[in-house]
Amino acid sequence: MQVNEKIAIDHGLKADEYKRICELLKRTPNLTELGIFSAMWNEHCSYKSSRLHLKKLPTKGNKVIQGPGENAGVIDIKDGDAIVFKIESHNHPSFIEPYQGAATGVGGIMRDVFTMGARPIANLNSIHFGSPQHKKTKNLLRGVVHGIGGYGNCMGVPTIAGQTSFDSSYNGNILVNAMTLGLVKRNKIFYSKAAGLNKPVIYVGSKTGRDGIHGASMASASFDEKIEEKKPTVQVGDPFTEKLLLEACLELMAGDSIISIQDMGAAGLTSSSIEMASKGNLGIELNLDKVPCRESKMTPYEIMLSESQERMLIVLENGKENLAKKIFDKWNLDFAIIGKTTNTKNIELFFKNEKVASIPVNTLVENAPIYDRKWKKSKLPKKNKIKKDILNKFKTKDVLIKILANQNICSKEWIWQQYDHTVMGDTIQKPGGDSGVVRVHGTNKAVAASVDSSAVYCWSHPLTGGKQVVAESWRNLISVGAKPIAITNCLNFGSPENEDNMGEFVECVEGISEASKYLDFPVVSGNVSFYNQTKDVGIKPTPSIGGVGLLEDYKKMVSMDFKENDNLVLVVGKTEGHIDQSLFSRTILDEKNGPPPEVNLFNEKNNGETLLKLINQNYIESAHDVSLGGLLTAISKMCIKGNKGIKLKKPKHSLSDIEYFFGEDQGRYIIEINPMNLNEVTQILEKNSVHYEELGIIIEKEMILYDKTKVVIDELKSINTNWLKNYMS
Amino acid sequence: MKSSVITFPGSNCDRDMDVALKKFGFNNIMVWHNDSELPKSDLVVLPGGFSYGDYLRCGSMASKSKIMQSVINFAKTGGLVMGICNGFQILVETGLVPGVLLRNKYLEFICKNVFVKLNNKDNAYFKNLNKDVLEFHIAHNEGNYFCTNDQLKEIKDNNQIAIYYCNSEGNIDDQYNPNGSIKNIAGIFNKQKNVLGMMPHPERMIDQSLSGEDGSLFFKNLINNIK
Repeated sequence: MQVNEKIAIDHGLKADEYKRICELLKRTPNLTELGIFSAMWNEHCSYKSSRLHLKKLPTKGNKVIQGPGENAGVIDIKDGDAIVFKIESHNHPSFIEPYQGAATGVGGIMRDVFTMGARPIANLNSIHFGSPQHKKTKNLLRGVVHGIGGYGNCMGVPTIAGQTSFDSSYNGNILVNAMTLGLVKRNKIFYSKAAGLNKPVIYVGSKTGRDGIHGASMASASFDEKIEEKKPTVQVGDPFTEKLLLEACLELMAGDSIISIQDMGAAGLTSSSIEMASKGNLGIELNLDKVPCRESKMTPYEIMLSESQERMLIVLENGKENLAKKIFDKWNLDFAIIGKTTNTKNIELFFKNEKVASIPVNTLVENAPIYDRKWKKSKLPKKNKIKKDILNKFKTKDVLIKILANQNICSKEWIWQQYDHTVMGDTIQKPGGDSGVVRVHGTNKAVAASVDSSAVYCWSHPLTGGKQVVAESWRNLISVGAKPIAITNCLNFGSPENEDNMGEFVECVEGISEASKYLDFPVVSGNVSFYNQTKDVGIKPTPSIGGVGLLEDYKKMVSMDFKENDNLVLVVGKTEGHIDQSLFSRTILDEKNGPPPEVNLFNEKNNGETLLKLINQNYIESAHDVSLGGLLTAISKMCIKGNKGIKLKKPKHSLSDIEYFFGEDQGRYIIEINPMNLNEVTQILEKNSVHYEELGIIIEKEMILYDKTKVVIDELKSINTNWLKNYMS
Repeated sequence: MKSSVITFPGSNCDRDMDVALKKFGFNNIMVWHNDSELPKSDLVVLPGGFSYGDYLRCGSMASKSKIMQSVINFAKTGGLVMGICNGFQILVETGLVPGVLLRNKYLEFICKNVFVKLNNKDNAYFKNLNKDVLEFHIAHNEGNYFCTNDQLKEIKDNNQIAIYYCNSEGNIDDQYNPNGSIKNIAGIFNKQKNVLGMMPHPERMIDQSLSGEDGSLFFKNLINNIK
């Protein structure tokens, strides 16, 4: 087939991009070459619209061993141990085929982590669905949850935390973001940079089939009515093979045979081989006849673009081929020497004794297009002036009951009970808390992780929203007693070719950058997912932030369940009654305008660090950050989890009860302390200029508001847990 | 005391079991499914996981592994063999214990703490335990125990039911049945009571920081009984 502009456009390339390819090659590419260009130059692989802005993110810090640019980021957790982690999206495949889409998302991110030599120790996910009333939502939710569980459970990696939301902006484009943490010795980290000439290039894992051809291109396009036709581009997962691949790779990695290793993720053999060659400034020669194929008569085009799962590419030291083969034979996995490194700086492909492609590696990577897209700045919306007498009409108890039953506040137990969250025997904080926590096996240390996003705030004002998500991630780690170390981000947005959507992206990134700089909470890995839209309508901007922190002594971990009667409950941080964009405003007043709560980074840092001090001095019995739903929602969750009640004092303020209890001011935590320690605790808070208020005292199974209204905790519990169960049954 | 944990392709609770056995004093060895000789052992454990991906029928491929002939012979000569979760599924596939394990009633994987009531303490596993109700942890997709009426009668006549799902007080009722198992059965013995298959994972309950500590009771008691 003679390649022309039309075929290039069918591959998702723009006319001027095609022109540029011809100029770079000084000739017309053949079909295989065109396929390779389209895979490398699409948004998903090239970051062509986002790269300029991602440069603003802080990526360095004294705990950072590896920032963005590798398969995953790596941070130091002392004693020679390191944590490898990353989050990645699998949105489009999951909408088309929820089970396989979500499953392979989980499989892909775990591969990114064990490619670097780390054994995965925890999975997390952030999943977002359309309105519960939308006809597709229930099936998509069920399929995604089954898919995530199906893969992670089989791998034997606990799923320790996550986030689920419902919003009509995801009706035609759900989000599935999967995150994995792995543990590695810092002197045993593997990288993707190839080195040395004539080193054997090895293919291991599953065979290559026709599944997922052009998956990465699909992820770089928006959905239209022909979406069902795209089913064949969704990959099919095989967690059993991945489990074998994990064990075989770790066994090989224990020795010194590997020069570089790269998993075949998006754009399969194409991107893995090119990335290795590019980073090593080398050429690579592949003999495609040697690639183990699942189907007969596969063409070079198909072999290069297949996204079959559970495959790895390895550059080995010379002479180690037999040793490596033995290990993969033991695990019953394919092993083939398919090529070698060269000094040509070209990627050269051979098939049936013919050279079928030859492309300079730098044209695919360094010369890939970069766009400075047009974008629109957002103004901070004006504050709504909601009259006090309107707010005073609402009874606190009624509002609380509605909020606890809201789909975005309710317990997600139905979901996480389907994930094995205890395998590996180190999960010390299960899903449902502020962060999941796993011990570092065989040590006194533990790692905490949380994943967060606040699309509503980001939609209302992207700059503030970006900051808020980072701050919330930070708070969730602090609340369990972990020192926040670094984050990974999954940036889910609409089309970069739309000025509004691009503006949301640019300003969210700016917000993330500002907060992570201030909090010394650098971004070490991540992924951008654009074109999350149906026809012309983009989703609400949804950056998901995965935060990781360290507990040096896991016995100091704190959880959110109230512990003991007569203990005192305090709120740390100032309550100012910011009600705009709160869950109350949006769902009960049906008021969608107004700015999100302000994020004061000084207070975030100061409040968080002070609370961490209190936790380390064993003053804190339980802690929980205040986020969606505000103060009373947070208190209720602590009551529900601990099976305890609370008697609330009359607060000293001039706010209406609704603003006080359901406002979503940032930088706040609820803490439980023993009354004996009140003086010490308040002294430390005051010394550090941290605002606090006493809220009340813990009692048996009842919440008593200061106006004597009583709420039975068991009732709140069933309201909170039943929504999702009932919805799914 | 010597124990052996068999690793099948796709086993994923083998390490957890190794950690638990060693913690309570066993000298444990990991045994590869493709070996033919079982090391000298006082206890053999088939761990949880997804052997062969559970792609054919849970446990069926693993039950034909090379090592299994030695395990079966060991069991038939009175050796202690314990199968947990996927290990239980493997045991039913070998025929060492009766019945089958179907997909959970609500067709969903389930991971949570459950209570189990001990039914028979006249065996090496539960003898001398001073509690009748234990808090264990389950994590499975196919734990719905089923057998024919004739089999059930035989199991009951021989006192082969090891544990039932129940509540914290030990009441055995359908509402405490997490997966639809017939008669709330969570674990059973062979006729001689030297082979135990059960869905719950005691190895996940061996530390107060984890889901609970009743697994510690179980293992401490087990090693004392074997000594």
